[in-house]
Amino acid sequence: MIEFHLDGRSGVAPYMQLIQQVRQAMRLGLLTEGDQLPTVKDVVAKVAINPNTVLKAYRELEYAGLVAARPGVGTFVIRTLTDESLAAHGPLREELRGWLARARAAGLDSESIEALFVTTFRTPIEETA
Amino acid sequence: MSPVLQAEGLSKRYGRRLALSDCTLAIPPGRVVGLVGPNGAGKTTLLHIAVGLLRPTAGRIEVLGGQPASGAAQLAKVGFVAQDTPTYAGLSIADHLRFGAHTNPGWDQQVADDRITTLGLDPSQKAGKLSGGQRAQLALTLAIAKRPDLLILDEPVARLDPLARREFLQGLMAYIADHGAGVILSSHLVSDLERVCDYLIVLVASRVRVAGEVDDLLAGHCRLTGARRDPADLPKGVEVIEGSHTDRQSTLIVRSTTPIDDPSFTVEQITLEDLVLAYMAQAATGAVRTAALETQR
Repeated sequence: MIEFHLDGRSGVAPYMQLIQQVRQAMRLGLLTEGDQLPTVKDVVAKVAINPNTVLKAYRELEYAGLVAARPGVGTFVIRTLTDESLAAHGPLREELRGWLARARAAGLDSESIEALFVTTFRTPIEETA
Repeated sequence: MSPVLQAEGLSKRYGRRLALSDCTLAIPPGRVVGLVGPNGAGKTTLLHIAVGLLRPTAGRIEVLGGQPASGAAQLAKVGFVAQDTPTYAGLSIADHLRFGAHTNPGWDQQVADDRITTLGLDPSQKAGKLSGGQRAQLALTLAIAKRPDLLILDEPVARLDPLARREFLQGLMAYIADHGAGVILSSHLVSDLERVCDYLIVLVASRVRVAGEVDDLLAGHCRLTGARRDPADLPKGVEVIEGSHTDRQSTLIVRSTTPIDDPSFTVEQITLEDLVLAYMAQAATGAVRTAALETQR
């Protein structure tokens, strides 16, 4: 079971924050097939948000084919976002560590590294779009 | 489905002072409605009319399809927590619940007991000995144990500390998740309401300035920044709510029915708080100008 939190300053709509947290947990393997999401009542009693916000987030996750609602029981994860790619995380992280070390050695500070990563990350996405 | 609250041309006058003027609203069912506005804007007047504590001077209002306080059935449908969540200081929590059970035909003792247990309160404790947060929770317990279809709360968290505020809203949301009642709650702080409301009414200086679904309001307003220009030559359908100008730059909060694709402006999303403040500033501008003129004389 995962727990939700809400960032009031992020500017991201609350229901979207819930969706992102579920997807993130799925990607990291914290939520896998068969796991139950917190009930609407549990979420609102913890996070103090409107129940419709939680319902909207769960509905969107359902449309996306990630979860399924079993009436009277709860909402369950039916797919995973990790697949075999989770196994690749380790080696990729190692390579990234090496790259970061080289970037530091070349004199880049954290801000420059982040800027370089973000701009590079965005470029191909914009080209293919 | 019919609106939970419908008002047309609703006004309330105290002598020469208008506490509420020409209020027209249609609140859809199942919403958590935030009624926001500065102190003295008329929020309490509107809520008191809705529960039947006040009669309007003009206009008409229907709450859940009936006249406010028109009979026992109407009273049972509406739960009300007055400002500062009043309780009887000399009575214990158990006394309060007994009182509630005697006076409300639809009283749900299970809901009341569960809440008192969850809150960790001792039923024999006198209400006068409770903290502000606990007193607010007791008042909310009384209002929801009567199982109303609509809960009306007047500034329920205004005087609570942040933790008690959060706990109060958690309890309120947990109840409506289970029972699906509509809620109208007032506050002068939008940050209290941002998380819980899906419908917003901004009331300033006795008038409703804007009302609607939060998602629609946020989608229909934005902030424009760009080189200084006259707001008058903005395209049709764009209404300036608040504008400020330096010698070079204009910053405008606008309501627009269509997307704005003017390349000379940077278009940004605004938060609910920005939106409320813009409407409050818009309403205040006239008053501030008059005040400034008066001090000059």
